[in-house]
Amino acid sequence: MSPILEIKNLNKNYGPTNILNDVNASIEDGEFLVLVGPSGCGKSTLLNCIAGLEPITSGTIRISGRDMTHVSPKDRDIAMVFQSYALYPTMSVAKNITFGMKVRGIEKAEQDVKLAEVAHLLQIETLLDRRPAQLSGGQRQRVAMGRALVRNPKLFLFDEPLSNLDAKLRVEMRTEIKKLHQNLGASMVYVTHDQIEAMTLATKIVVMKGGMVQQIGSPAEIYMRPANLFVADFMGSPAMNLIPARVTMNGKGASFTITRSAAPPMVLHDENIKSLPDNVLLGLRPEDIGDASLRKGRKLQISNCHVDVVEPAGADTYVLMTLGGVEVTARLQAETAAQRGANMEFTFNMAKASYFDANTGERLN
Amino acid sequence: MTNSLITNPLRKMMKRLVLRWLLYLLLCTFALYYMMPLFVMITTSLKNLEEIRTGSLMSLPREITMAAWSTAWSSACTGIQCEGLRPYFWNSVLLAVPAVLISTIIGAINGYVVAQWRFKLSNILFALMLFGCFIPFQVVLLPMARVLGMTGLAGSISGLIFVHVIYGIGFTTLFFRNYYVTIPAELVKAAKVDGASFWRIFFSIFLPLSLPIIVVTVIWQFTQIWNDFLFGVSFSQAGTQPITVALNNIVNSTTGVKEYNVDMAAAIIAALPTLLVYIVAGKYFIRGLTAGSVKG
Amino acid sequence: MMEWMEKQMPKLVLAPSFAASLIFVYGFIGWTAWVSLTKSKLLPRYDIVGPIQYQRLFDSPRWDVALSNLFVFGFLFIVISMLLGLVLAILLDQKIRTEGIIRTIYLYPMALSLIVTGTAWKWILNPGLGFEAMVQSWGWDSFTFGWLVDPDMAIYTVVIAGVWQASGFVMALFLAGLRSVDQEIIKAAQVDGIPTWRIYSSIILPSMAAVFLSAFIVLAHLAIKSFDLVIALTGGGPGYATDLPATYMYTMAFSRGDIGQAASSAMVMMMVVFAIVVPYLYSELRARND
Repeated sequence: MSPILEIKNLNKNYGPTNILNDVNASIEDGEFLVLVGPSGCGKSTLLNCIAGLEPITSGTIRISGRDMTHVSPKDRDIAMVFQSYALYPTMSVAKNITFGMKVRGIEKAEQDVKLAEVAHLLQIETLLDRRPAQLSGGQRQRVAMGRALVRNPKLFLFDEPLSNLDAKLRVEMRTEIKKLHQNLGASMVYVTHDQIEAMTLATKIVVMKGGMVQQIGSPAEIYMRPANLFVADFMGSPAMNLIPARVTMNGKGASFTITRSAAPPMVLHDENIKSLPDNVLLGLRPEDIGDASLRKGRKLQISNCHVDVVEPAGADTYVLMTLGGVEVTARLQAETAAQRGANMEFTFNMAKASYFDANTGERLN
Repeated sequence: MTNSLITNPLRKMMKRLVLRWLLYLLLCTFALYYMMPLFVMITTSLKNLEEIRTGSLMSLPREITMAAWSTAWSSACTGIQCEGLRPYFWNSVLLAVPAVLISTIIGAINGYVVAQWRFKLSNILFALMLFGCFIPFQVVLLPMARVLGMTGLAGSISGLIFVHVIYGIGFTTLFFRNYYVTIPAELVKAAKVDGASFWRIFFSIFLPLSLPIIVVTVIWQFTQIWNDFLFGVSFSQAGTQPITVALNNIVNSTTGVKEYNVDMAAAIIAALPTLLVYIVAGKYFIRGLTAGSVKG
Repeated sequence: MMEWMEKQMPKLVLAPSFAASLIFVYGFIGWTAWVSLTKSKLLPRYDIVGPIQYQRLFDSPRWDVALSNLFVFGFLFIVISMLLGLVLAILLDQKIRTEGIIRTIYLYPMALSLIVTGTAWKWILNPGLGFEAMVQSWGWDSFTFGWLVDPDMAIYTVVIAGVWQASGFVMALFLAGLRSVDQEIIKAAQVDGIPTWRIYSSIILPSMAAVFLSAFIVLAHLAIKSFDLVIALTGGGPGYATDLPATYMYTMAFSRGDIGQAASSAMVMMMVVFAIVVPYLYSELRARND
């Protein structure tokens, strides 16, 4: 079975500037691919290229096994939902949804059937005669999705569809999109700058920066084994701690020496390491640093650290300390007795540690 | 001490009132300044010659007579012919209506292209076309006269329509472009994905949205073309002159007694269409005037 | 074939207008420039002889008058219109209840043809029967206002009529500009106790630089094109005392049959406009593309 979408060696230049650099990605039928990255990383441009709305300089795009690199959008068997919904302002909701079918010359009777199906699915039956200006943000979003659904395409493309909604609505619509994906089993490519959206919706994530793919993988892979410093920092909130450490190798793996002000350096060990350069950045997510009095475990290493700031956040309490000269966040249970200015015993789960080269930023383990 | 505490707020209020009255007085004075010529034109056109000679500029007519008006309309002399303004009024209508329509339609389509279908040279092309609005038309009078002569359009209304369309496209394109640029590009993208073609998108999506700018453009173009004199006097002949040329002929004709009341009546007749448009749709007219100038 | 047409449609659609621009604007300017370098009289000749037409032009006393009139008229017209427009705009900005009506009254002259304006003011400034006669009839026997027929003062009548026509428009522009200033800055200044006139002079006016420039460009453009007004108001007279380059060009082209002079005077007008408008357009387009 060929992948539903296959991008090979895609490059896009705009004049002298290189916007997309050697992008390779593919998804199978039914997958939910999320393109995520900071603004300007090229994710929207990549989506527009997949749609055929922007030309590419070199490379190929195949949809359903057919080469679509030079095919116009209307023949690519895709549908797209835009950030601003892009509903036709002078047409009713019904006309908005059926416009594409009308252009393609589909019989009115069939248009009506499809319209009714989609309106029922998205619960917008009562809105069919209204104009977009009379709808709320969430309703407009649904109409935009209805317009896409009615095409029954091979590929659904979403360009930051939730960015214009307020926080609560965003969470609701996110769930709706996820349910839609599960019910239809459709293939979706979704662009967002919100890494939480990416983690919750995706079956596969492409992290981008500066026009280049940083990492492709499942949400779990991206989260637990980021490929470089950028991915480690960008994905996950609060961000992964990146602690400078000096490495010494011995018979039992590696030892990491981390400096502390007004205290002797602390040392952590990882026996699974064969070799590492002298200086690395030790990556540990906040939830991998715990309160030793609340968390027990043989594999956890304990060290006594000074607490700088305590931030209670409901179900968790965040504690900030300074290690290796950088600010480190630990995510503790709410019952913790951590106090600002006091010292406390912390556990470090080195089994979850990531190591990064301090110069190239690449992952070393 | 207590005296000033009581009178101070009062004094302030009085000062504000006086200033306010001064403001209104100034504004009214200026309003009179602008109305004065119109007032003079109307009153003079309703007087008979005797009264004009003996009376004063701004006095109201002692006897109102419409004689000057009927002369201006049907028997004033514009050179050799003495048919009044009537035939020339229709010349202007025959000139203005097609010219306005054609230049507006072309401007709409051009503006659509420049705003939403940009290609590598489109901005430069637009700039070059825009520049054409700013040239003093004296610099094209001579060659245009030759071209009109060579194509047999010299002295004809069709020739004038042609000239006004050519030199009006710059402005109309600018108006539509500035308007279409505010329509989000995602709308065009969605339509492309839906399969709509260039023309489909224009007729189904952009045109229905365009009423405000169409009104502005039509009003602007109509005013420009109806009020034009330079092209009219350069490219028309005795039978095809627009009303502005005829008016000038009536006023500046050196034969016989100067009939000031007829002159004024003729001027008002010539001014009526654009004045009416302004009164009825003035809001849009102002929007048109400021649209191209105040770059937002 | 259809696919190619669809793809190229934007270019195909813009092409005719651009071609028209190329021929009827740039081509024609080129033709006029060419002819201005020849000995053309009644009919155009195409053998270039050099700048003799420009020499004749600047040797001609009539052209001197026309050019100096342009600068005098232009300067006064622009400055007075801008000042008057500014004053009116500031006055109207004071939250007047009848603002709509007043604005309509100030602006309506812009809807009139310059021929109509010229005709009206020609009558008003008529020495024997107009303003002068009226003031005399009020008892002020020695009052004279014969500017219209005075070769030295006639050009100022053109200024009067022009200002009347255009100042309302300048006011509309400035009013829009005044209102586009961020209200929060003004409120902060008011809270700080700064008097109203000071708010205008130190905060609002400086932020309106772009609008001033726009108004200047439009007025300058109007001034250079002022052909209709002069023809209707003074006919270029008395004699050629109120000639402007525009009327000079027209006379040379259509009355005198001296195409070479017409072309050269048109080119000089072109260059004056060019010198003002091009830097403006350039900076505007640069700002837009940033």
